[in-house]
Amino acid sequence: MARTLIQLPATARRGEVIEVSALIAHPMETGYRPGADGRVLPRDIVRRFACRYNGELVFAAELHPAIAANPYLAFHTVATDSGTLEFEWTGDQGFRQVERRPLQVT
Amino acid sequence: MKRLSACWIAALLLGCAALPAAQDTRRSGFAEMGASTQAMQRDDAGNPAMLWVQDGEQLWRATPANARACAACHGEPAAMRGVAARYPAWDEGLRRPVNLGTRINACRQRHQHQPAWPAEHQELLALEALVGLQSRGQPIAPPDDARLLPHRARGEALYRERIGQLELSCMQCHDERAGGRLGAALIPQGHATGYPLYRLEWQALGSLGRRLRNCMTGVRAEPVAYGSEEMVQLELYLASRAKGMTVETPAVRP
Repeated sequence: MARTLIQLPATARRGEVIEVSALIAHPMETGYRPGADGRVLPRDIVRRFACRYNGELVFAAELHPAIAANPYLAFHTVATDSGTLEFEWTGDQGFRQVERRPLQVT
Repeated sequence: MKRLSACWIAALLLGCAALPAAQDTRRSGFAEMGASTQAMQRDDAGNPAMLWVQDGEQLWRATPANARACAACHGEPAAMRGVAARYPAWDEGLRRPVNLGTRINACRQRHQHQPAWPAEHQELLALEALVGLQSRGQPIAPPDDARLLPHRARGEALYRERIGQLELSCMQCHDERAGGRLGAALIPQGHATGYPLYRLEWQALGSLGRRLRNCMTGVRAEPVAYGSEEMVQLELYLASRAKGMTVETPAVRP
């Protein structure tokens, strides 16, 4: 299970724009580098990140080999209703991680 | 005559004004970094080193087979406040100065009856980062221990010794040419204030030992071995050189 650092406010007013940041531990191996034995290491990157707010897609990103290890993404969304933000990372070699965080809207 | 004494008074006043010039001119590598890298270090949600701290918290509470967890003896990680700011320190059991990593490994062997982690092992770095974080914001406080003195002096000699095919000493870059450039990179004063730290070049967390070996390879010298006497001596001298500066662990560097 990969480790993640997710930050968002615990509570927000309705209609407020909130900042959400998500960081995941991942090697982001480019697929272009030779390993210790001289053979090229197979590519192992996160391909896509998506954030769903109560099931609705509010942010998504495609990631590419030039992106550094442990990718960090920050974005904004409008707090509409209390509920859950679901963060999903998918990538090479069947990589998939889902994290959920609650948001209280007042 | 009156004019002369006025000159004297002016000179005296200037002299007084110049006195605070003896203030601290030491600068952490943090001050030399770009704004975005500084922001990365300031924000715990954006500092990737916090991933290791998270791991460290789990390890702290994990109970190895037939032994006690770190937490069972030491309590909460917060109880380790100020510990990392003191290291390297004298170890009674090993009868030599040790850095924090060696100390954690010694605890692991003595009290948890587990094999020591090899140098730069991710779990060792994770615990180092967790313990180091507890001292963040405190001044670096090398212990006042007479047994450390000869080792610290040896560390200073190593710092001044020209090494490698490039025949450069640590001092020639980090004291005499600090603030200048080596290629595109700015030469920092080399104060070890934030180890273990996340280096963008490594894309990972690394110890001060790794950084020292990096520099030694850079001047084409044979790097000192991890956990060797020379490495701890250098670390001891660096700690005394950075005495009173603020602990930044876990820092971010370019």
